[in-house]
Amino acid sequence: MKLIKRRFAMKPCSLFTAALVLLGAAPVWAQTTMEGGGHAGHPGTAPAPTRAESPASATMDYGSMNMQGGPAPADARDPHAYSNGLTLESGPYALPGPRQLRLSDEHAFGSVLLDRLERVYTKDGNATAYDAQAWFGGTYDRLVLKAEGDVAKGKLEEARTEVLWGHAIASYWDTQLGVRQDSGTGPDRTWLAFGIRGLAPYWFNVDATAYVGSSGRTALRLSGEYELLLTQRLILQPRMEVNLYRQRDEARGLGSGLADAAAGLRLRYEFSRQFAPYVGVEWAGKFGQTADFARAEGQRTRETRYVVGVRLWF
Amino acid sequence: MPSLSPFHLPLPLMPSRRRFVRGLVAGGVMVGLSPWVRAAAQGLADTRTGAAPVLSGTNIDLVVAESPVNFTGTPRMATTINGSIPAPTLKLREGDTVTIRVTNRLREATSIHWHGIILPYQMDGVPGISFQGIPPGETFTYQFRLEQTGTYWYHSHSGMQEQTGMYGALIVEPREADPIRADRDYVVQLSDWTDEDPMRVLAKLKVQSDYYNYHQPTAIDFFRDVADMGLSRALDKRAMWNQMRMNPTDLADLSGATLTYLMNGVTPAGNWTGLFRPGERVRLRFINGAANTFYDVRIPGLKMTVVQSDGQNVEPVTVDEFRFGPGETYDVIVTPREDAYTIFAQSMDRTGFARGTLAVREGLSAAVPALDPVEWLTMADMMGAMDHAAMGHDMPGMKHDMSGMNHGAMAMDHGQHAMHGMTGGAMAKPSATVRHARTEYGPSTDMRVDMPRTNLDDPGIGLRNNGRRVLTLADLRTIGGPLDPRGAEREIELHLTGNMERYTWSLDGLEFGKSTPVHLKYGERVRVILHNDTMMTHPMHLHGMWSEVETPDGQFLVRRHTIPVQPAQRVSFLVTADALGRWAWHCHLMLHMDMGMFREVVVS
Repeated sequence: MKLIKRRFAMKPCSLFTAALVLLGAAPVWAQTTMEGGGHAGHPGTAPAPTRAESPASATMDYGSMNMQGGPAPADARDPHAYSNGLTLESGPYALPGPRQLRLSDEHAFGSVLLDRLERVYTKDGNATAYDAQAWFGGTYDRLVLKAEGDVAKGKLEEARTEVLWGHAIASYWDTQLGVRQDSGTGPDRTWLAFGIRGLAPYWFNVDATAYVGSSGRTALRLSGEYELLLTQRLILQPRMEVNLYRQRDEARGLGSGLADAAAGLRLRYEFSRQFAPYVGVEWAGKFGQTADFARAEGQRTRETRYVVGVRLWF
Repeated sequence: MPSLSPFHLPLPLMPSRRRFVRGLVAGGVMVGLSPWVRAAAQGLADTRTGAAPVLSGTNIDLVVAESPVNFTGTPRMATTINGSIPAPTLKLREGDTVTIRVTNRLREATSIHWHGIILPYQMDGVPGISFQGIPPGETFTYQFRLEQTGTYWYHSHSGMQEQTGMYGALIVEPREADPIRADRDYVVQLSDWTDEDPMRVLAKLKVQSDYYNYHQPTAIDFFRDVADMGLSRALDKRAMWNQMRMNPTDLADLSGATLTYLMNGVTPAGNWTGLFRPGERVRLRFINGAANTFYDVRIPGLKMTVVQSDGQNVEPVTVDEFRFGPGETYDVIVTPREDAYTIFAQSMDRTGFARGTLAVREGLSAAVPALDPVEWLTMADMMGAMDHAAMGHDMPGMKHDMSGMNHGAMAMDHGQHAMHGMTGGAMAKPSATVRHARTEYGPSTDMRVDMPRTNLDDPGIGLRNNGRRVLTLADLRTIGGPLDPRGAEREIELHLTGNMERYTWSLDGLEFGKSTPVHLKYGERVRVILHNDTMMTHPMHLHGMWSEVETPDGQFLVRRHTIPVQPAQRVSFLVTADALGRWAWHCHLMLHMDMGMFREVVVS
């Protein structure tokens, strides 16, 4: 799936809602891909609307009306049934040699997105943060690169870099499998990554990845974004991120359980779709043992960050 | 045809953005050429626009080359035929065998497809299917006999050359007197131009499919709706779209944000003008040669009598307005009596318009209407036939009719109906049972329609209940009835599919590269049902054979080469497989075709 999602400005969405959806990311996905299953002419396979309220407020669960996703029924039509065994390369009147007509469905595309390139201002000093994604390939299979990190006082504090194979599995969902490398303060760590990313109902961009590292380490990273169009070009982006670890990793200042979370609001102006400066505020916290480690180092465990940056892609 | 004089209007002092959409007055003429383009353009004449030269006879030479244009203030290179946009109008005669030599002076291969012309498949001009294409520096000789009459057109079928200027009118005049009488006869060819490299445009859509849509719902719209209709109805209006992650303003992939809309190769500011004397019958041959744009055409103050559709004469029907997509043509008769009228062709997504003038002398113009407001797609556009009467109403109004939908009862009834028909021997009616392909249940599609609408009397989004009489498919009757009186021997159902989020377009969920050909037995009469599982209208063009559109009851309506299928609509037509060979069949929105909404047809 592409990196950049347009989003819908439909209803004012609070961070709380975003958080709920994020934490429920897996169930949301499961529901979306499992929904449906019947098709026309098979009565009874779709759940009937359950809510009966006043006509004005009666809402239907559109997502489960068989219109999207779901497995193909056993009697679904064979898309090759009309070919009588002919192919694009063979059969009467086919041009000699290999197939010549190749359209863009067989071309590779690519893009680099700097979702966040920002200067971060806190009470304890300033830093520069980046969050970039790039992809190259086709519609359904592509190479994905992700890079996120902070640089303070000329030193790389914390960086996460991933190389993934993105594979489309449903209308709005891709799996992402590959490796992650953590660098910066403390020893480097390498992980295998098993992720899912996509667009949940109500236009939440969701990214959930489980990691397996050496010596039995596992981790989970959940992030999500929403894009609220105030106007066609002025866009408010709430953003959430949560990291959890199963084992403590004292050398990197990480405890087990919920380690850290961040929630931010960025307001950008799209001079063009590809160039948008922004300002924002982000709240970040460390929890549990991770917070203890931070306190022992004399660091804060809660902080408010003010950010100024630019979002761009090409 | 009068010569174009694009210089009679001063260039309005508009912000650059306006100039971009409305174009330069002197479109096509080099202005402020940057040095590097000048170097590239050295020795090249400027592209002619406006009145395309007319070529006739049985021997015609066409040369494909690059030539400089300037529609927006930024000089660009176009791909042109004989150095003009549109390409020369070919006036050919029914029954003649024509020889057309096409020489390629580009650095890449090219081709010309004769859109709507019945001819041997080797002459159809689709590289990789009908022939090898025309390599740089070479000449290909097309030769075919004209078996038909009417208004058609021709264009490149290679890469994105159609977008960059390779299109022209092709008129086949009848040997006998033309039953359509007119005192004046003009080609009005609509097209669209982008200063961007079309391949780059496609790459941008692959990253962000709503890149060019600046009509998206915003928080401001939401609060306005809350004030107008209350919170719960405002939420309701959005619930379906949000749950399904679909955009109700997704009416066009490209908009005025990148396109300049052209009439006979002239920008709106340039104002193409056709002359008449009051009271004359003027025949306007409208051709949609755009790569991406559906146009809604009207001439305020004039009724238009539609007399031909896709080159085939129809029983005259008088309307105020018609919509047509890339590939379609309509001939209309108008009888103007005032001094000047505006020919107004707004894009379906209401981001711009092409415009020209009918006038008694050069230099006149009439009022140019404002663009119509942007309308959201409705439930009917997404879900189909819950309730025809409710079409055009807002979504909450349609809720009541949806309870029946989950039970599939309607589809079953129709299905049984069709089954009875079949057991009766003749397939008198198109089957109404929806049969999705296995490959529609995956990442290549974003929705499926189980309850399609089959009525053909819907003018479409943005034209419903607009107070004007708007042409629909149901209004068209080809004079003389079908070419082949036989009924269908079998049925082919193809679904138009896509995933807007990923910017994929396909048939039955399979892009061209993954597809196999549709095989037709030589001589058979077959029914084709096109079922649109997307929220966009697709002009579907079958090469080599006529498509005879029928009503949902199986009554013949109109003979077409390009059939617009609206969102959630199911249209059926009969084809006689009388043309041996391999043929292309695709959506004529160029980017949709290029993304794989394309099938090969083999007749053997």
